[in-house]
Amino acid sequence: MRKYSNIIAAYSIMLVLILLVGIFQSWSIALTILNYCLISAVMTIGANIQWGYAGLINFGIMGYTALGGLAVVLVSVDPVQQAWQAGGLNILICFWIIVVMVVLIRYLLKYFNKSKYRTYGIAFVIIGGILLLRLTATPGIEAIEAVDPAKTGFLGGMGLPVLFSWIGGAFLAGGLAFIVGKIALGLRADYLAIATLLIAEIVVSIIKHEEWLARGVKNVIGLKRPAPYEIDLQTSQWFINLVEKFHSKKLSMINSITERQDALSQFVIDASSVYVKLCFTGLFLSVVIVLLIVTQKALYSPWGRKMRAIRDNEEAASAMGKNIVKEHLFIFILGSAIVGIAGAMMVTNDGLFTPGSYRPMRYTFVIWVMVIVGGTGNNFGAILGGFVVWFLWVEAAPMALFLINLFTSHLPETNSVRVHLIESAPYFRFLVIGIGLLTIMRYRPKGILPEKIEIK
Amino acid sequence: MDFINAIVVLTNFTIIPALAYGSQLALGAIFVTLIYAVLRFANFATGDMMSFGTMFAVLLTYYFQSIGLGLGFLPTALLTIPFAIIMMILYMLLIDKFVFSYYRIKKSPPVQFAMVSVGVMFVTQAIIRIIIGPSDRRFLDGEKFILKATEFKEMTGLNEGLTLKSTQAITIVVTLIIVSIMFWFLNKTKTGTSMRAYSDNEDLALLSGIDPKRVVLITWVIAGVLATVGGILYGLDKSYRPFVYFNNMLPIFAAAIVGGIGNPFGAFLGGYVIAFAEILITYAYKRFIAYLVPESMEPDSLMQLLSTDYKFAVSFSILVIVLLIRPSGIFKGKTI
Repeated sequence: MRKYSNIIAAYSIMLVLILLVGIFQSWSIALTILNYCLISAVMTIGANIQWGYAGLINFGIMGYTALGGLAVVLVSVDPVQQAWQAGGLNILICFWIIVVMVVLIRYLLKYFNKSKYRTYGIAFVIIGGILLLRLTATPGIEAIEAVDPAKTGFLGGMGLPVLFSWIGGAFLAGGLAFIVGKIALGLRADYLAIATLLIAEIVVSIIKHEEWLARGVKNVIGLKRPAPYEIDLQTSQWFINLVEKFHSKKLSMINSITERQDALSQFVIDASSVYVKLCFTGLFLSVVIVLLIVTQKALYSPWGRKMRAIRDNEEAASAMGKNIVKEHLFIFILGSAIVGIAGAMMVTNDGLFTPGSYRPMRYTFVIWVMVIVGGTGNNFGAILGGFVVWFLWVEAAPMALFLINLFTSHLPETNSVRVHLIESAPYFRFLVIGIGLLTIMRYRPKGILPEKIEIK
Repeated sequence: MDFINAIVVLTNFTIIPALAYGSQLALGAIFVTLIYAVLRFANFATGDMMSFGTMFAVLLTYYFQSIGLGLGFLPTALLTIPFAIIMMILYMLLIDKFVFSYYRIKKSPPVQFAMVSVGVMFVTQAIIRIIIGPSDRRFLDGEKFILKATEFKEMTGLNEGLTLKSTQAITIVVTLIIVSIMFWFLNKTKTGTSMRAYSDNEDLALLSGIDPKRVVLITWVIAGVLATVGGILYGLDKSYRPFVYFNNMLPIFAAAIVGGIGNPFGAFLGGYVIAFAEILITYAYKRFIAYLVPESMEPDSLMQLLSTDYKFAVSFSILVIVLLIRPSGIFKGKTI
């Protein structure tokens, strides 16, 4: 019990903070924060597997999150039949052209010795393939985007239940990680960081601008949900009865019948949004717990030991016969796939896919701060980091506003300094996160809950 | 005549903008490379440091305008450069003293430095947004054009006009001056040589009596000059918006790595490589080709290799290709 006291204390403080938000602001806000904390926790588990277990620095988290979001659209949205008829064939042909290109290049690389002619051959395949792709794709894309552009203008998805898209997100992100890993994993740490960051930017810009795929910056709204809709809840009798029971004390204080009816309907509206968020919380919590158990088991398994050995001393591990390139690639794919799940979870939670919102600040650097602050190499720490940093990220602005009002209360309302400070309150979140990161890195470089490895 | 028209089109829409944009990237890339060579880390706060310097230039420009100080046909911002540089250097030295020096003395691995610079990035962004806000600001005044399209058409009698914005000319001239002074300093003076020695082999440099504190100080001073001037030139040419500066960090990194990180001359050329690639690949060649081929063969489409949406993606793809084929960059990296 003693060795877990730190963890229990840290998590209880976090829980109390969220409860305080519930009491002082509203339960709906508290649950929104909690849901995002849980999503961030999944992302940090992914990043922590790469950085904490294997020492791989991946600044491309944004790209994998975006791919996870894309998976929700591709899996759960109903297919647009008209668009498929208009240009589906062209897109399928393009897909096969890419496959043929890859196979050809692999064949050239495998069966010919390195020479000038081989390089020319590969260049020829690539340039010819791209020309062919453009020729086939352009009419198809134009046809697809012309199909009811205000509402669809894209191919749609497979029309499956939305929960399948979480798995789809993992596969998409893992697939990208395989390609990126093949390209970039040989690089030195800081080069790897820059390369992954830029590749993620490329991925996001493709998602943003290829409108036939997922409407690009026009956004996809009204995605399916694994939870009931508020409107349905508000009209179903069992839910109204439940709310009535829950608030019976308050309701019985009101005498007039019409007023009581109004109060009840207000309670029902509030409760329906809380109920939906609770459903999401349950789903997310179960994902986090499953991932936590699996990663924790993995950490103490022979595989986890091997990864730590590779992280701490590559040469020695290599001399012991471990295939470092393969292990790095594997863990890179694994971590990215988990981030992909988180991306899909987030889009499911929002109910809309907005490619324009994927920015490195929010989806790469903040996630990294979470991992570093929480504790690299320690899953409990990484999850805690996700909670703490997300909480600060959201609550920094209200807290800053409160402090500004407190310290400038002696100034008149119209004082320019005061007005300026109040206007810039939202930006204090950057300050809080930045100073938090610098302080942790200086005085507690292993994070709030540092890595503790016991030999069992 | 058609041939000259075609050349003018190409110059007007690709070469001049690419030269200006390339100069701005080059200054940033040399800044990145210098920090990488001497202080040995990838500085993720690059874009925001450039933004910080530019912020002072913007504020001072407004102040000078309000008291009626100006340079006539030149932008007032040029007058503010020295003050902005001083503020920038002070900020950098402050950051170095309180943040980076600790890790330098501890000889932390480069990854830790990079993470620390992410922290600096957050703090700098917050300071900028709290002081000046996130909105878009233009601070260019004075003469806007050196050569207008209509004037050029009248002068030469060609169909196509050639415009030269004053900001583009200023950018190219100032960049050439700053970069040549810097190369002279690095290659000809004793301090410059000591910096190169320190970058090459720290221990040997220490043995031969080079003061590391001095080297670090001078590196930050040069870095401050480069960052501020690069930022101001970019802001004059386009506009000043903190978020855009943060994003500019990415092509700047691409330029530094393409040129061979740690090699200032490589970074200088890398800036132009990235700028030309971005603009040439996303430019629509329809008008250019229309002048060159007979009328019957005029192309219907825009003749664009990639849509302008992929401007950034082009530079990143170049970077990925360079990393794959020649990880040390076009010029061998790591020594200044």
